Amino acid sequence: MENFWQQLWNARIAVAAMTLFAVGFVTLLLHRNLLKKIIGLNIMETAAYLLLTSLGFIEGRLSPIVLGENTDPLLYVNPLPAGLVLTGIVVSVSVTAVMLALTVRLYARYHSLNLDDIYAMAQREHGVN
Amino acid sequence: MKRKKSIKERLREWDADAFDLTERTAGPMHPAPAAPEEEKPEEPPAPERETRLGSRALRILYSVLAALFGTVMLSFLLATASELPPYGAAENPVHNAVSERYIRDGMRETGAVNIVAGVILDYRAFDTLGESHVLFTALTAVLILLLGEGVHRESTGQIRMQQDRIVTNTASVLTPIIILFGVYGILTGHLGPGGGFSGGSIVGAGLILHSVAFGYDRLGRYLNIKTFRIVCFAALAFYSLSKCYSFFCGANGLHTVFSPGVPGRILSAGLILPLNIAVGVVVACTMYGLFSVFQRGKI
Amino acid sequence: MEYFELLLLGLLLVCGISTCLTKNLLSSLVIFMAYGVIMSILWALLRAPDLAVTEAAVGAGISGILMFLTLRKLRDLKRKHADETEEKH
Repeated sequence: MENFWQQLWNARIAVAAMTLFAVGFVTLLLHRNLLKKIIGLNIMETAAYLLLTSLGFIEGRLSPIVLGENTDPLLYVNPLPAGLVLTGIVVSVSVTAVMLALTVRLYARYHSLNLDDIYAMAQREHGVN
Repeated sequence: MKRKKSIKERLREWDADAFDLTERTAGPMHPAPAAPEEEKPEEPPAPERETRLGSRALRILYSVLAALFGTVMLSFLLATASELPPYGAAENPVHNAVSERYIRDGMRETGAVNIVAGVILDYRAFDTLGESHVLFTALTAVLILLLGEGVHRESTGQIRMQQDRIVTNTASVLTPIIILFGVYGILTGHLGPGGGFSGGSIVGAGLILHSVAFGYDRLGRYLNIKTFRIVCFAALAFYSLSKCYSFFCGANGLHTVFSPGVPGRILSAGLILPLNIAVGVVVACTMYGLFSVFQRGKI
Repeated sequence: MEYFELLLLGLLLVCGISTCLTKNLLSSLVIFMAYGVIMSILWALLRAPDLAVTEAAVGAGISGILMFLTLRKLRDLKRKHADETEEKH
């Protein structure tokens, strides 16, 4: 048991990222408000990026910007996760923008942000029970 | 004084539709004599919610199950976290030959001092090309969704921001600095932290601040839909063409035309500087365009 | 340094959870932007300066602004709807 807590302490950023992921996921599932769902999805995305970045970190090394002519691999942290996450952040903001635009359209049509209401109204509109 | 709510009531409130756009939410901007707050009872009637999930019991069951699922997922994730290699150690399996090679040969091969810029704009530039197109597509989708009828008020006077003196004065000092910092980030993306994405976002934020403080008319003279089309098309086409060329050459890049140069100079690193500028332009245009479309329905 | 990191992680968790629990959408958005700022500081600590700059501009700035604008537009739509139903009666 002690070993388990020690392991969790060693992976503390991963633990925080996973907790945030779960928080965002539960918000996405539980909350009926569309804007809250979008915020929950954003939190999930950021948590995943935090986990990726923390995997690339090495204690006591420098950020991957070459100092002088020194290209010793033992001097810098891993540049790959940063490159992956950098593309992800910008994609996530554009996805957020599309979701917000869809929310505005839904509100203009049904005058509600509650997903259950919207669903019920849409079903009634199309004659589905 | 209001009675303190019990936890159960609060949970129910939180669970219910929390669309709380009272006047407090965004009130002081518009005095809004048209719609006083007493019109709230005109909300859609409550029973509709019951029809969706059948009964109240089913809703509660759904909430409990979802919370349970979240807890179970969290415990699984934490169990996985306890198996992860220690945080920050150099012997972790993530740090393999790939990153070693990027660090050792990256500066010599691409000419970029910032290794991350070298990776995303030279070794993996195709990925970044697709991502720029994702941004452009998102802007197009938002335009299609929000330019339809029924979303906007007919009178544009309703949506004009009030010119606040504090905002105007602060913006007149800060806007040039923000935009200059963004341009610096774009131009020195191969030498240090920065690059097309961050610099472009900062320039976009500066443009947004300017148009919030001084209205659209000043910026609209330069940044209308025509400029948008031309600039975005030119940047994306330049990016695509330069990458197509390097694919036809067997992914060898344009090193014969643009040599990597002396690392550390501003005019070095081959294609990375022009590609950074192209990406930065697309990102800045997208950010300002999204703001403008959300704000008043057109660019 | 370790304590600073722990402090940031704790703040991150507090901001993330309270964003989801706050009832008022506007305060929820403000907390979400604070979450973005803390995340960018954490990335600067993790030796990823590119990510830190981008997140400070995007996560704390632009996505928050977009959500604010969405709230505003929704309020306008709500007023318009209220006006129309009033005219009908």
